[in-house]
Amino acid sequence: MVSPILELTNINKSFGHVHANKNINLTINKGTIHGIIGENGAGKSTLMSIVFGLYQANSGTIKVNGKEINLRSPKDSIINGIGMVHQHFMLVENFTVLENIILGFEGELVFGKNLEKAKKDLKDLCDTYKLNIDLNSTISDLSVGFRQRVEILKSLYRGAEILILDEPTGVLTPQEVDELFKILRSLKEEGKTIVLITHKLIEIMDLTSEVSVMRQGEMVGHTKTENTNKEQLAEMMVGRSVLLRLDKSEVKAGEVLFSVNNLTVKDDLDVTRVKNVDLEIRSGEILGLAGVTGNGQTELLEALSGIRKVESGEIYLEGKKVSDSQNFLDPRELKDKGLAHVPEDRQRMGLVTDFKAYENLIFGYHDQQPFSKSLVLNHRDIISHSKKIMEEYDVRPQSPNLITSNFSGGNQQKIILSRELNENPKVLLVGQPTRGVDIGAIEFIHQRLIDMRDRGAAILLVSVELDEVLSLSDRIVVMFDGKIVGEKDNKNVTDRELGLLMAGVV
Amino acid sequence: MAPVDKSKVPWWVSNLIVPLVNLTLALLVSGLFIFIAGENPYEAVRLIIYGSFGYIEGFAYTLYYTTNFVFTGLAFAVAFHCRLFNIGGEGQAYIGGLGVFLVAINFSFLPVPIVWLLSIAGAVVFGAAWAFIPAYLQATRGSHVVITTIMFNFIAASLMVFLLVDVIRDTAQMGPHTVALPKEQWFPSFKDFAGLFGIKIRYSPLNISFLLAITASVFVWFLVWKTRWGYEMRAVGHNTQAAIYAGISPYKNIIIAMCISGGLAGLLGVNEILGVHHKIVAGFPAGYGFTGIAVALMGRNHPIGIFPAAFLFGILYQGGSEVTFDMPNITRYMFVAVQGVIILFSGALENLFRPQIESFFVNRLNIKASA
Repeated sequence: MVSPILELTNINKSFGHVHANKNINLTINKGTIHGIIGENGAGKSTLMSIVFGLYQANSGTIKVNGKEINLRSPKDSIINGIGMVHQHFMLVENFTVLENIILGFEGELVFGKNLEKAKKDLKDLCDTYKLNIDLNSTISDLSVGFRQRVEILKSLYRGAEILILDEPTGVLTPQEVDELFKILRSLKEEGKTIVLITHKLIEIMDLTSEVSVMRQGEMVGHTKTENTNKEQLAEMMVGRSVLLRLDKSEVKAGEVLFSVNNLTVKDDLDVTRVKNVDLEIRSGEILGLAGVTGNGQTELLEALSGIRKVESGEIYLEGKKVSDSQNFLDPRELKDKGLAHVPEDRQRMGLVTDFKAYENLIFGYHDQQPFSKSLVLNHRDIISHSKKIMEEYDVRPQSPNLITSNFSGGNQQKIILSRELNENPKVLLVGQPTRGVDIGAIEFIHQRLIDMRDRGAAILLVSVELDEVLSLSDRIVVMFDGKIVGEKDNKNVTDRELGLLMAGVV
Repeated sequence: MAPVDKSKVPWWVSNLIVPLVNLTLALLVSGLFIFIAGENPYEAVRLIIYGSFGYIEGFAYTLYYTTNFVFTGLAFAVAFHCRLFNIGGEGQAYIGGLGVFLVAINFSFLPVPIVWLLSIAGAVVFGAAWAFIPAYLQATRGSHVVITTIMFNFIAASLMVFLLVDVIRDTAQMGPHTVALPKEQWFPSFKDFAGLFGIKIRYSPLNISFLLAITASVFVWFLVWKTRWGYEMRAVGHNTQAAIYAGISPYKNIIIAMCISGGLAGLLGVNEILGVHHKIVAGFPAGYGFTGIAVALMGRNHPIGIFPAAFLFGILYQGGSEVTFDMPNITRYMFVAVQGVIILFSGALENLFRPQIESFFVNRLNIKASA
């Protein structure tokens, strides 16, 4: 017998002129995994923040177990059995797991018998759901996957019956995703209800029993997962059919534009992260670099773009040596020589989020004509340039004066991409171009990269999304533990082969 | 209480009403202090207003203090846009004054306007040089500027005492000060200007440095928001990692920001040496460097905010001295406490009433719009 545990009726929420949620109705049944899918900026996270009491709806009612409730803060939600695991974890890094969980909840817990009881309860929870967490380990020693489990455990300990997960797999490696899914399934078996917010269709098909689709603040459909397929969901999300496979012309690789010879790079802690890597990228081809996060891709990209010092080995641009352990060009000099870089982490490196959009659209090119004459910035030309490329790259909203943090993730990525591609670079280094970006924008970004390649650029694509590497690249190399462990031609390679290489099995 | 939708709040509510409410509250609390000290707060307010506006010389004093606070406030703000907490304004101003004096006394054979320009340059260069050392240590060694600049205040003070006692002291006098500059090099004072129009007023320290303060404000606005240097400094301040990615050198920008900051603080020496004392007297920066931090924070590190904030502190300084003169129970330290309360309300407790005030106005405007 299915009974609704959470019912939302006519929820409305606006931020300024943006109507983030319009008349949302949603019913979630007890003991199910319910997927909520939609593009970035479709209003998924806003809706769930309302359910978790972080935002208050402008109108509408929320019922838990048939009883109408008023959620004014996360505390109210916790009392009503709603827990949430955020995309960015809310943990104190230098506390232990136990300390984090009882934090804010400690009361008389800190000493004696109560603490023992809390420990026992937590151990039981860990066993029931196979969380496999050591309560005494410090958060900073745990991997991202384990930190997420701590968040789940925290919610469960506080009596969550409904668990909301916001884009839980965005930060996980493929193995960690599998582990997470196992945990979620066992939670479901024990009668918990799970709401999964995602924009990854594969996860929806894999895990959920029901799915709701949001588009531009509205709920556009509910269905049982077994009655639908990826293509249909994708169409509902963007309101049109999308090409999940890219059409691209045959590769016409020319001369070698960028090459790396025996490169070794260390990270900030003096650990060698890139070990004797050789690469060669030709004009008119995309070289895909696949690998599980943390196998040296980040350090490699940073070294290639001039951000990080080279320990040994050489880097050549158009046949000329640009960097070795003694002499190296800085990012700006490399830019002048025609190398552009879309960094992996847009908020940490690609943008100054407190800047206005137009300031970010010239970031790194701000000292070039016509943006700056001697020392003075030429605002008129900068703004008109910004308007032009925002239109060309469909950055929304098209307001150059808006602070960058007010743009959605996908649009922030478009700001970076438009900036880097606009200069027609000879060599383009791209890290995770579509991480956290919605399907419509993914298609757009992929098409732009293909266009660049057809115009003769040499592109290095670093991505943890295997689908992306497979659909874009002409050649694929796999990185594992800082080394290139294999090179494949895109035409005759399977997911399985790459997966084995990425796992370091072969 | 639901957070207010920021985009619906009219600019004058967040930028005028809220600061005014905070200021009023600060004054009410200060009034309470005065009441507890056994004086009539109403009378004290009247004295402050009379002292700073009531007669022409009083107003001139107010503007003289304002000049000093503008220089040190701007100095702090420029460094802060690069997220550097330069609390060494006091020492940089002191050394800047040394620059003014050395240039003026050694180039006295040149025409006076040229000596003035060179002296201003001397103030900037000496102030910047004093800021350069902490900046260099921060950029290359990571020594925190908060620590180094405050230590450099002490070093500057000791160095100046040494110079004033043993090296450049006016040997005909007993006090720790230099000889006076030739009279023709003195900045024209407000009194001189009034004299030109046939108005006779008594002495006040206000001089044409006030115009320099206005120029400096425009310069800072232009520098921070309209030039490549300002852009790069703000980029380093907001996100150093991203700056490195964009090929912007944090090293270079830390040094540039600190040197400009030190140079602006040095300008205080122009006002004090060319405009007021006409020689270096020991301890002439008198805490303006520190109060400048409060001025900058209150003015949101923007010249348009710093100017009124400096003026407010000018009123408090001038009006305050009037009160201490007339009210025996109120000491000078009482007004330091009043300043503290103002900083507390408009800085630390700035957001205390903001949500309430904003939602009040938003609701009122909505009712009006729907009616």
